[in-house]
Amino acid sequence: MDAGSSEITWIIIAGAILTYMARFGGHVVLSRFKTVPPRVLAALDAVPAAVMTTLFAPVALTSGWPEAIAMGLVLLVGLRFNMTAMLITACVSIVALRHLFG
Amino acid sequence: MTDADRTDFLQGMKDCVPIVLGSGAFGVLFGALAVENGMSLYQAVLMSATIYAGASQMVGIDLFGSNVAPWLIVLSIFAVNFRHVLYSATIGPRLESFSFAKKALAFFLLVDPQFAESERRAERGKPISFAWYLGMAIPTYFCWVSEAAIGAYFGKFIGDPTAYGLDFLLPAYFLGLVIGFRRRRNWLPVVLTSGAISVIAYKTVGSPWHVSIGAVAGVLLAAIMVKPASPEPIADYEAGDA
Repeated sequence: MDAGSSEITWIIIAGAILTYMARFGGHVVLSRFKTVPPRVLAALDAVPAAVMTTLFAPVALTSGWPEAIAMGLVLLVGLRFNMTAMLITACVSIVALRHLFG
Repeated sequence: MTDADRTDFLQGMKDCVPIVLGSGAFGVLFGALAVENGMSLYQAVLMSATIYAGASQMVGIDLFGSNVAPWLIVLSIFAVNFRHVLYSATIGPRLESFSFAKKALAFFLLVDPQFAESERRAERGKPISFAWYLGMAIPTYFCWVSEAAIGAYFGKFIGDPTAYGLDFLLPAYFLGLVIGFRRRRNWLPVVLTSGAISVIAYKTVGSPWHVSIGAVAGVLLAAIMVKPASPEPIADYEAGDA
């Protein structure tokens, strides 16, 4: 059975509270330290790349050839050009490649 | 409002343009899929306005349509959003000048691109002022919430979003952000580790757990690679061009 309508609303509210706790909680916990050890600083420095890699790597490597090739093209463009050029490359190449492999 | 505040706010609005464009299709797609999975327009907008984290919202609506216990859906949303603990800890020291109320608002608005752009600005040596932060966050937030309403309303007219490659824009956007961080130390080992572990976790444990597992692997590696008395500066990163 699917989740009922009022049930969905409550799930949304509970999810929102927990998400907000995650967004505020990291700072609250870390601000209790007087000095931050080098290992913690290095770990925090690595956070953006580590997290965001998990948001594209499985798409690139497990979806199929069109996604893998298109992501490679986006990477090449990204080494020279800005985000707008990357997104245009992404859109054009994925449509063309899916058509080609489809 | 001082002149400096106005300049910062406008700069923030400029900085958010690529984000609004990059996430625009995704926000509309969320609204459309939400309605398709049995949610009302009101619930789709509520979800975008309160959770305000795209990937976890997609996971949520995916599970609403299946036979999964409510507490497990909530837990899955939390698992995808757990990364924000790390964002919060990283950006917290840069927001020391904010009052408690300003921090409370800033952390609510701390989405992936807001975090990435804040890090980028801080490492260019510019302060994260409240005006800049809101200049970036306010348009991003209101566009995101409006897109859910638009997608939910017009959802039935969008046939197959994959036909236009819209589903591919967000992963490509995250790749772009990661490339922008390439001058940070240990960038390549961290990216390769998080990438490999997240793919393995995706194949074995399954989504959404691959996000937390892959991220923790890369972060742990960075911590392990530190030399005990390392004198090098933390922020030797140069600004990307995105």
